[in-house]
Amino acid sequence: MHVPPDDAPAHHGIAPHRCGECCTTMRGVTVRRNGVTVLEEINLHLHCGELTAVIGENGAGKTTLVQCLLGEMPHSGEVHFLDAAHRRKDSPVIGYVPQHNSFDKEAPVSVLDLFAASLSTRPACLGVSPTVRQAALDGLQRTGADPLVDRKVGTLSGGELQRVLLGLALTPVPNILVLDEPMSGVDHRGREQFYGLLSQLRREYDLAVLLVSHDLATLARFADRMVFLDRRIVCEGTPAEVLHDPQVREAFSLHSLS
Amino acid sequence: MIDSLLALWHRVVSLLPFEWAGYEFMRLALLAVLLISPLLGALGTVVVANRMAFFSEAVGHAAFTGIAIGVILGLADPMWSMIGFALVLTLAIAWVRRRGGLSSDTAIGLVMAFTVSLGIVILSRGGDFARYTNFLIGDMLAISPRDIVWLAALGAMSAGLFLVFFNRLLLATMSPSLARSRTKHAGAAELVFACLLAVVVTCALPWIGILVINALLILPAAAARNLARNTAGFFGWSIAVALVTGMVGLIASFYASTATGATIVLAAMAVYLLTLLRRVVA
Repeated sequence: MHVPPDDAPAHHGIAPHRCGECCTTMRGVTVRRNGVTVLEEINLHLHCGELTAVIGENGAGKTTLVQCLLGEMPHSGEVHFLDAAHRRKDSPVIGYVPQHNSFDKEAPVSVLDLFAASLSTRPACLGVSPTVRQAALDGLQRTGADPLVDRKVGTLSGGELQRVLLGLALTPVPNILVLDEPMSGVDHRGREQFYGLLSQLRREYDLAVLLVSHDLATLARFADRMVFLDRRIVCEGTPAEVLHDPQVREAFSLHSLS
Repeated sequence: MIDSLLALWHRVVSLLPFEWAGYEFMRLALLAVLLISPLLGALGTVVVANRMAFFSEAVGHAAFTGIAIGVILGLADPMWSMIGFALVLTLAIAWVRRRGGLSSDTAIGLVMAFTVSLGIVILSRGGDFARYTNFLIGDMLAISPRDIVWLAALGAMSAGLFLVFFNRLLLATMSPSLARSRTKHAGAAELVFACLLAVVVTCALPWIGILVINALLILPAAAARNLARNTAGFFGWSIAVALVTGMVGLIASFYASTATGATIVLAAMAVYLLTLLRRVVA
């Protein structure tokens, strides 16, 4: 079984070292499914310490892009992970925060069980060792979710679950953090808090963050860069640049700013 | 070694001051229940959590075709052809789901109808189907010491494999995309579990019965789901419910002269209703 080492990857502990050197590169990434081009010629650089927001309408290929990064989607073109010394890493540690509405609400699974199943080879059904419990508490502490450790996952609110999943994605501290529509179904205040936390963690751990969302208005205040996707990259730049792009304005004014 | 262990078991159980404990077939049946029910209870947690109940039902029903193939091949004991066919079926369902673009209940329904019909057509040629009806309701009391040894070996192997893959299955149940980002071979874990389930269900069939085996897989886990707050609790309650209802059902079937498998199911159903009541009240 694949067990990520405790805190092994590029960025150790809390001490920030803003290298700005390590980066994830997608070059000419194209995905075709059943004869339809889902993603075309995607060129993208994700730098550590930077929060990149990918926006776009439903069906624009946002989730497919995430799947390419996670190595789950066959594609042409290249995805490279470079560490601070510009060495290629074949298997970077990727922290992934899935859409929380994909979770089974009824399952008798506690927050601790999620961590145990992710971090340990000991079957979670036979109980959780004190070491793993401590690792879970440490991870949850990063997002202020440690009081939730023994709660049943299904009883958490959307915002609480998102903090738990973010804490899990940060255990071990990843090379790159990927979030897919993390805030669907979470209220405005919850989003503000979550993006604030994400922004702070990005600095603290010098993380490269890729965030997929519809949430233009709030994201504009937290993202360093924005990428507008419509099967290909239509435009990219600072949030201000992207939000003033006529194509983005057109695409999103037809649909309410969610 | 095995013989002396079995002899010891007979000695100890026959010390019990009950009428049923005086019969060798009951002591063997009790041992079989103690082996099969916790295994089904444990696997049932994943079946329930992963919504695989219809799949396990289909695997049970496919035994008709498994038996038919055994008859055609002239096997004295159709168990091997049943296991082989159950595995083929599992892979076929996985393939149809992936390739056919069918929802999994449609894919399973389609394959199940086909295998049941094929089995019945072959077995009923010449009006001989009545010979196989004991598979429908099972006969726990006909179990032999040799069968028990087989069951024990199967149980140990399945339990080991199940525990190795458990964490991956748990993550895949909660969120397939999270599972893929955290573990390698998350998809393979599900296929391994499906095959394991197919083998265990098929091996337990002759004793429990095609018609009711799925309930023994689902009911203890469904009851445990109403009680548990975490994974260890879910697992522990499911095994406990399976064990207790298995023993109660077996002994009740002795006194009531009823089919054992179905009687165990009724006991498990009673426990499930109690847990449901508790959940509704709480």
